[in-house]
Amino acid sequence: MIEHLPVLLVTVPIVAALLILLLGWHDSRFCYPLTLATILFQFAGGIALLIEVMREGTIHYYLGGWAPPLGIEFVIDTFNGYILPIVLLLALATAVYARRSVEKEIKPEKIVSFYVLFQLLVTGLVGMTITGDIFNLYVFLEISSIAAYTLIASSRKPRAYVAALNYLVLGSIAGGFVLLGIGNLYVATGTLNMADLARLLPASYGLATVHTAFLLLVIGFSIKVALFPLHLWLPDAYTEAPSAVTVLISTVMAKVSVYAMFRVIFSVFTTAYFVETVPVTELILFIAAVAIVAGAVLAIAQEDLKRMLAYSSVSQVGYIVFALGVANQIALEGGLLHILGHAVMKGCLFMVAGVIIYRLGTSSFSDLKGVAATMPVTCAAFALAGASMIGVPPTIGFASKYYLVLGALEAGHWVYAAVLLAGSLLAVGYIWRFIEVAYFSASSHHEGGDHHPAPGVREAPLSMLVPMVILSILCLVLGIFVDPLMKIVAPAVSLLLGGA
Amino acid sequence: MRENVVIRTISRISVPFIQVFALYVIVHGAVGAGGGFQGGVAFAASFILMFIAFGLSGVEKRLGKKWLMVYSIIGIAIYAGIGFLCLAAGGNYLEYGAIESAVGVAHLHGYLIDAVEMGIGITVMAVMVSIISDVMDRDGESP
Repeated sequence: MIEHLPVLLVTVPIVAALLILLLGWHDSRFCYPLTLATILFQFAGGIALLIEVMREGTIHYYLGGWAPPLGIEFVIDTFNGYILPIVLLLALATAVYARRSVEKEIKPEKIVSFYVLFQLLVTGLVGMTITGDIFNLYVFLEISSIAAYTLIASSRKPRAYVAALNYLVLGSIAGGFVLLGIGNLYVATGTLNMADLARLLPASYGLATVHTAFLLLVIGFSIKVALFPLHLWLPDAYTEAPSAVTVLISTVMAKVSVYAMFRVIFSVFTTAYFVETVPVTELILFIAAVAIVAGAVLAIAQEDLKRMLAYSSVSQVGYIVFALGVANQIALEGGLLHILGHAVMKGCLFMVAGVIIYRLGTSSFSDLKGVAATMPVTCAAFALAGASMIGVPPTIGFASKYYLVLGALEAGHWVYAAVLLAGSLLAVGYIWRFIEVAYFSASSHHEGGDHHPAPGVREAPLSMLVPMVILSILCLVLGIFVDPLMKIVAPAVSLLLGGA
Repeated sequence: MRENVVIRTISRISVPFIQVFALYVIVHGAVGAGGGFQGGVAFAASFILMFIAFGLSGVEKRLGKKWLMVYSIIGIAIYAGIGFLCLAAGGNYLEYGAIESAVGVAHLHGYLIDAVEMGIGITVMAVMVSIISDVMDRDGESP
C-alpha cells in the first residue's frame, strides 16, 4: 500500500471530490464529513511519506509503470517530503475551521460546490508538491489556481468578484509565463522530467532559450508567490475571500508556490546556473529586501485587520525569497523553516481575523476596540502567533529569522542582515496595532465603564477555536523543539544545494 | 429565436457526422494523434451547434442540466476506476499491462486505453457543454 501512496494522495481526493458533489446534491450535510475524512487521509499519508523518505531515501513513483523521462513520475525527497505535511496540516486545520465559517459566509446553495473546490484546491497543491515532471507541475498549478479563483468569488461580498477577477487575470498571466518557460526548456532539452532536465541543461547553459526560460519561470512564480512589485492581486484576494479560503490560500497555496519556485530554481536550474552562469542573486536579494520593508510598511498603514495581515504576507514572502538570494546552507535552512513557521503563524492570524468577522461581522480596527474582553482566547492566540511573526524567542518565527540573519552574515551581506532585523521591528508595528486596539482600547460597545459585552459577541465556536489555538501553540512548540526539525530541514537544504 | 430552416436543417444533418468524427478522434487516441480531450471537445461542439441552431432551452431540456454533471462524474469515475483496477492487479497507477497479465486476455491494454479515453471524453464533453450553457445569453433571464 505504501508504495502506491503518492498516487493515492492525488487520485483518491479527486474521486472524493466527485463523491462530495454527487452526495451533496442528495444532502449537503454529507459534504463536510467527506471533505474532512479525505483531508485526514491525505494528512496521514503525508506524514507516512515523510517518515518513509527519512528512513529509506527518495521515493519514485512511475505513473503507468513508464520510467522517466518517457513517463510522468512522482518524486518525494526530503524537500517536498518536508513541505507535504505542512501543506496537509494547514489544509486539515482549515477544514476543521471551515465548517462554521462556511455556514455563515457562503450562500447555502453554494456550499456543495465550495467543498468540492476546496478538495480540488488541496489536491492540486498536493500534486504540485509531489510531482517530478515540470509540465505536470503546471497542470496541477492550474487545477489549484482555478479552484482558488472560484473559491475567492464564492464570498457573499460583492467586491469578492472584483478581487477574484483580478487574481484570475494576474494568475493566468503567471500561468502563461510558467508555461512559456516550460516550453522553452522543452525546446532546449527535449525533456520535461525535472531530474532529466537538471542533467541535460548544463550543456545548454549558454543558450538564450534557457535564459529566457529561467526569466519566464521566475517571473511567473514571483506573481504566484506575490513577490513585492508583483503582489497587486494579493491584498484584495486575501481580504475579500471567505475566511476559510483566506486561511487556505494565504498559507498552503502561497507555500506551495514558493516550493515550486525553489524546486524549479534549485532542482531544475541548479545553483551553478543562477549563481555563476546568470548571477541574479544580488537582484533577488535586493527585491526581497524591498519586499520585506515595503510589505511591512504597507501593513502598518492598513485600517483593516485582514488587509493588514495580507500585506504582512507580502513582507514575509520576502523573507523566504531572501533565503533564495543568499543561497547558502544556513540561510536556506532559515528559509525552509520560515515556510513552515509562516504557514503556521499566518494560518493562526487569519483564523483569528476570520473568527472576529464571524462574531462581529467586520475586521476594521475601529470596530475592534476592547475585543479582548469578550474574546480572550482568540486574542491570546493572536498575541502568541503575532509574537512569532515578530520573531520573539523561543517561537518558530525567531528560529527561522535567526538562521536567515546568520546566513546573511556568513555570506557577508551586512546591510541585508540589518534589513531583516528592520523587518522584524516593523512587524512589531503592525502586530502591536491589533494588540493595542484589542487589549488597551475602551470598547466602543460599552462606554461609561459598563462591562457587559455587546449582544452576540462572545468567544468563537469550539470548532473554530481548536485549530486556531493548536496552530498558535505550534508556533511555540516548533520554536522550542527546533533541533529535531532541523534533522529534516538540513538534509532538504543539502539536497537543494547539491543540485538535482 | 427566429425560425431558420436552412440553419436548422444543416445542423440536423451535420450533428451526427460531428459526433461520429468525435468518437473516431477519441478511439484513435490509443494509436496516434487524438484522444479523449480533443474528441470530447469535438463531441461538445455538436451540442454547441445545436444550442446555436435550436436555442438553449430546448436542447437543455433534452440533455438535462443535472445529467451533464453526472456524465462528467461518470467520465472521471471510469478513468479513476481503471487506474485503481491497475493498482489492484499489482501494477502502478494506469499500468494497463498489469490488468492484461492478470486477466490473461491479449491486447487488453489497448481496450483499456480506449476506455480511459472515453472517460476523459465524456467528462470533457459534459464540462464544455455545461460551461457554454452557463455563459450563453438567456434573453435576460438568470440561470
